[in-house]
Amino acid sequence: MAIEFPRMPLGDWIENGLNWLTSEYSAVTRGISRITQTGIDGLNDALMWLPDWSLLVIIAGLCWWLANVRLAIGAAAGLALIWNLGLWDPMIETLTLVVIATLVAVIIALPVGIAAALSERLYRTIMPVLDFMQTMPAFVYLIPAIPFFGIGSVSAIFATVIFSMPPAIRFTTLGIRQVPTELVEAADAYGATRGQKLFKVQLPLSLPTVMAGINQTIMLALSMVVIAAMIGADGLGSEVWRAIQRLRPGDGFEAGIAVVILAMLLDRLTQSLRKRGKA
Amino acid sequence: MSDNRNVKIRVRNLSKVFGNQPKKALELRDQGLKRPEILDKTGQTLGLSNIDFDVYEGELLVIMGLSGSGKSTLIRCLNRLIDPTEGEIVIDGQNIPSLKEKELLECRRRHFSMVFQNFALFPHRTVQQNAEFGLEIRGIDAGERRETARNALKQVGLDGWEDAFPRQLSGGMQQRVGLARALANDASVLLMDEAFSALDPLIRGDMQQELLQLQHRMKKTTVFITHDLDEALSIGDRIVLLKDGEVVQIGTPEEILTAPADDYVRRFIEGVDKSRILSAESAMRKVRSTVRDTDGPRTALRKMRDHSLDSIYILDRDRRLVGLIDADGASQALEDGKQTVTEVMTQDFRKVTREEPLHNLFAMFSENRFPIAVVDDDQVLQGVVVKGAVLDELAQAGDH
Repeated sequence: MAIEFPRMPLGDWIENGLNWLTSEYSAVTRGISRITQTGIDGLNDALMWLPDWSLLVIIAGLCWWLANVRLAIGAAAGLALIWNLGLWDPMIETLTLVVIATLVAVIIALPVGIAAALSERLYRTIMPVLDFMQTMPAFVYLIPAIPFFGIGSVSAIFATVIFSMPPAIRFTTLGIRQVPTELVEAADAYGATRGQKLFKVQLPLSLPTVMAGINQTIMLALSMVVIAAMIGADGLGSEVWRAIQRLRPGDGFEAGIAVVILAMLLDRLTQSLRKRGKA
Repeated sequence: MSDNRNVKIRVRNLSKVFGNQPKKALELRDQGLKRPEILDKTGQTLGLSNIDFDVYEGELLVIMGLSGSGKSTLIRCLNRLIDPTEGEIVIDGQNIPSLKEKELLECRRRHFSMVFQNFALFPHRTVQQNAEFGLEIRGIDAGERRETARNALKQVGLDGWEDAFPRQLSGGMQQRVGLARALANDASVLLMDEAFSALDPLIRGDMQQELLQLQHRMKKTTVFITHDLDEALSIGDRIVLLKDGEVVQIGTPEEILTAPADDYVRRFIEGVDKSRILSAESAMRKVRSTVRDTDGPRTALRKMRDHSLDSIYILDRDRRLVGLIDADGASQALEDGKQTVTEVMTQDFRKVTREEPLHNLFAMFSENRFPIAVVDDDQVLQGVVVKGAVLDELAQAGDH
């Protein structure tokens, strides 16, 4: 005779927990929501206010200054194509979401990553959490985001921050940990305080690695804000989403290509930043 | 000879156990167990055990041992890059192991500069900024530290390279930056952890000479770690020999070479080019007889006959060396009716100080047949070296 085990109500627990959080902290979530929304709107408006061609020139110029002419030409051509396809405004909306989500993620990730590098205990606590954050299917984060922040861009930012933050933390920790022992010893031997050691030796030497982490975060953020169209985020993702619903592969691919162009642009730009940091 | 000098660092009963049950390991050590047995029984590594030694003010002390001897651990215990398990390290009345974190930082800043085996230069800083590091940490203002660091770089022969980055420099030059960083800091003790081991032999020799000159000029108390006996012997005022975390012998290079404490040291010193290290002092014999400058030739002849010598050194009232007279000269003076030996004495002999390397004496013997006089800085006669004694000393040293 089979013994029947009761099914563990894991989902119920999580829902109860989330409900409790939403009701207890509604003031907090509403505050966060308002601030984030203001940030999104502000940046969006600023980027939209600029004439399209001037933004294109600015970005191409940035590419030239930070990297090389080839990237500048590529960027200009790519952006011109997006403009030509009529995807300029969605592209700006996506860019805004990525920029804000990345900023928030990095602001949280840097101190956490530094702390985890310096404390073995924190390191051991935080690594499984990061594994969880990264391997949980990205869509799942969208669900609790809605009761917290409602449908729209703020929820998209919330889910994106959680999904894209782990590499920034990991790389920061890694970067600081891989500073050669002898250099840390040298700082200690000359009587450096923890702060001096961190700011004069550990952080500058881990900068290239930290930048690699930020690059990863940006890429993940971009992929997530596209997915976040499912909960009402504006941008290129919603173009794709609409194309799916109407079964129009042409439109879908056009928006998809715009995402690819944006991704390559952001990737090359941050990588060239990283190389400059190294030199 | 060093007993009356000021002690800068006193190390007593210093032990270090690597592992989480240090007490247990030390108990076993006190029962007479050695490192491998303790490792077997407890899983603890006895890194250092009951280390006692002094570092004198202004000396260059070499701590030498093979890998695993605990020398790197020892030097890191001095400035507490590694926390010792038990024992005392006293510098200027402060016991380093019992310092609080703040006091420790202060102590490191004031007392210790360190030079590392692989240079440990900061790759993101220029040569100048590297040299300034210690001063920057101490909060010295920018103008003063630029000046001080520039001087230190000049001392190690790196002026003109201030704006270069470490990776643009050769190994030898990089270590000069390391040395400049330490000198600029002007701490009272210089710790050098295998500082020249990563350099190729020619550069290493140069750096050793330069260190000796610097040390001679600045009289900076220096603790130098090496695994290379030749290096230890050629630069150390004194040597602390470590084996398996214990002190085997402490002494001057000569004491180590001429009176090795045990078979381990003896085996260690085989292979060393003895004549390069041994000095006149080791082959010096007591003077059997001398004459005063007021003595006549007759006295000189008698003393030579009594002690079966064929020449004799002439001293003044303060036992300062004034000349030499040989048997032929003395007989001639007697015939000529000379009153004192000074009228016929010769200056045609060689004199050296105690520190003169033995191999230099060979050349002197080939030019001159008289025993070589060993004098101190005031020209007071300390002893003589005869040709046979030099060969004897070398042969003996070679026997081990």
